[in-house]
Amino acid sequence: MEQGLKIELGKQGVFVTTVEELYNWGRRSSIWPMQFGLACCAIEMIATTMARYDLARFGGEVFRPSPRQADLMIISGTVTKKMAPQVVRLYNQMAEPRYVIAMGACAISGGPFKQGYNVLKGIDRYIPVDVHIPGCPPRPEALLHAFITLQKKIDGQSLTGEDRPRHLDAAAQGEFPVPVQGEHDLEPTSNKGVWPVPITIR
Amino acid sequence: MAGADYHPLSRRGIGTKGLGKAWNERAFVIEEQALKTVEEIKAAIEASVPGAGVELVLNPSVSGQHSLRLAPSHAVAVATFLRDDRDLALDFLSNATGVDWPDKEISEKIKVTRTVSKTVDGVDQQVEETVEETRKRVEPGCLEAVYHLFSVAKKHGPVIIRLKTVNRSDQVELPSLTPVWRSAEFQEREIFDLFGIVFTGHPDLRRLLMWDEFKDHPMRRDYVEPDDYEYEPTAHDEVLARAQAHRAKAEAGQKGGDR
Repeated sequence: MEQGLKIELGKQGVFVTTVEELYNWGRRSSIWPMQFGLACCAIEMIATTMARYDLARFGGEVFRPSPRQADLMIISGTVTKKMAPQVVRLYNQMAEPRYVIAMGACAISGGPFKQGYNVLKGIDRYIPVDVHIPGCPPRPEALLHAFITLQKKIDGQSLTGEDRPRHLDAAAQGEFPVPVQGEHDLEPTSNKGVWPVPITIR
Repeated sequence: MAGADYHPLSRRGIGTKGLGKAWNERAFVIEEQALKTVEEIKAAIEASVPGAGVELVLNPSVSGQHSLRLAPSHAVAVATFLRDDRDLALDFLSNATGVDWPDKEISEKIKVTRTVSKTVDGVDQQVEETVEETRKRVEPGCLEAVYHLFSVAKKHGPVIIRLKTVNRSDQVELPSLTPVWRSAEFQEREIFDLFGIVFTGHPDLRRLLMWDEFKDHPMRRDYVEPDDYEYEPTAHDEVLARAQAHRAKAEAGQKGGDR
C-alpha cells in the first residue's frame, strides 16, 4: 500500500497495516537482552541500561538471567579461548529469533589483546553476529546506535522469501558447533560456515 | 618549613606546618622501624635456620631492590621464620610471580698457549704461541619463582625472595609457600599454569587461566603459539611477518593439494 494513502486513511481514523509490519514492530520493540557481561565493556552496557542513557526507551530493558528467555546476546568484552565454548553454548540455548551484538574491539577482533595466548580473535568466528560496534569501550550512545541498527534490521526483514528470519526457515541451521578446548588451541579455530576467511586485498 | 626536624614530606617540598605534632611523631616512629637490610636479614635467617642456603641477589640499578635466593630444601622453614620473626613480621605476601631463564649460549674469548711447529731461519722449531680462542658453552636455564613480602604490622617491605628450579624440563619442582602464606594459592596456580613450575605441597594445584586440556606454558620464552594468522587486516611488524608466513604456507599447501 502506498505511504500517502496510508497517511490519508490515518487522518480519517482508519489504521491499515500488514501482518509483517505488526509482527516486526512487536519483535523489535521488545528485544530482551541476556544478562551477561564478559569484561569492561559490560560496565558500559550497564551504564546504557541506567537512567542517563536508558535502554528502556527502545524496549530493551528486560535483561534476562537465562538464555531461554533472551532474544539478544550482547558480547560485551574480551572472549577468551577458555570462555568461547561457553558463549557458543549459551547462544545455542537461546530460542529463535535471536540476535547478537558484538560490543567493543575485543569482541569483534580480539582488540588490544589480539595476539594474546588466550584471546579469541573475534566471536564472529563461531556465531553469526548481527551488529559489530568498534570502540574500547564503545560509549553507551554507540551501544544504543547498535541497538537501533538491530531494530532497523528486524523491521526490514520480510517474513517470506529468501531473506526471511532464521526461525521462519525450517531448513536453517539452528545449532552451532561448540569448539573443543584442545591441547594447543580451540578446535576447530573457526566455524567456516559462519566465518569464511575474509580475503585481504592489498 | 617548620624547624629543622626531619620529615619525609619536607623533601618533596610540601610544608608540614599545619600537620601538628602528632603527625611529626608518627612519621618519626615509622622512621625508627626501618626495615633491615638484606645482609641483616640473611644473617638473621642463618642464625635461626641452620644450613639454610641463602644467597644474596643484588640489584645494581637505582631502585636497589635486592633479593634473597633460598635453597628449595629449606624454603618453607625460612619462609615461616620470615613470617613469624618479631622484627621482620612479614605477614603479607603481596605478589608471587615466575621468571623463565632460557638456556643461554655464552661465547668467551680465552687466551690459550699452544706449542706450534714453525720454521724459523730455515730450522724447524717448537715455538710456544698465545692464541685467542672463542669458546662457546651453554649455560643451562631454569625457572624461578619470585615472592614479594610486606609487613602490615610493621609497615615495611618489600622483602623479595626467590626460588630456583634445577632446570626447565624435568626437574621443575619447588616447595609451595601456600602453607605459610595463604594468598600464594592462586598465584602459585598461575605460575604453574603459565610457567610450568610444579609446587609440591600445594593444596590444589590446577591450571588457573588456561583450560585443563592445555599442554603448553604460555609465558615461557620458547612457547610456540598456534598459527592462527589467517586474517590480519591491519598487520604490521611482527604480526605482518607472521601473517605473510601463514599465507605462504597456506598457498604452498594448496599447490601441494592440486598436484
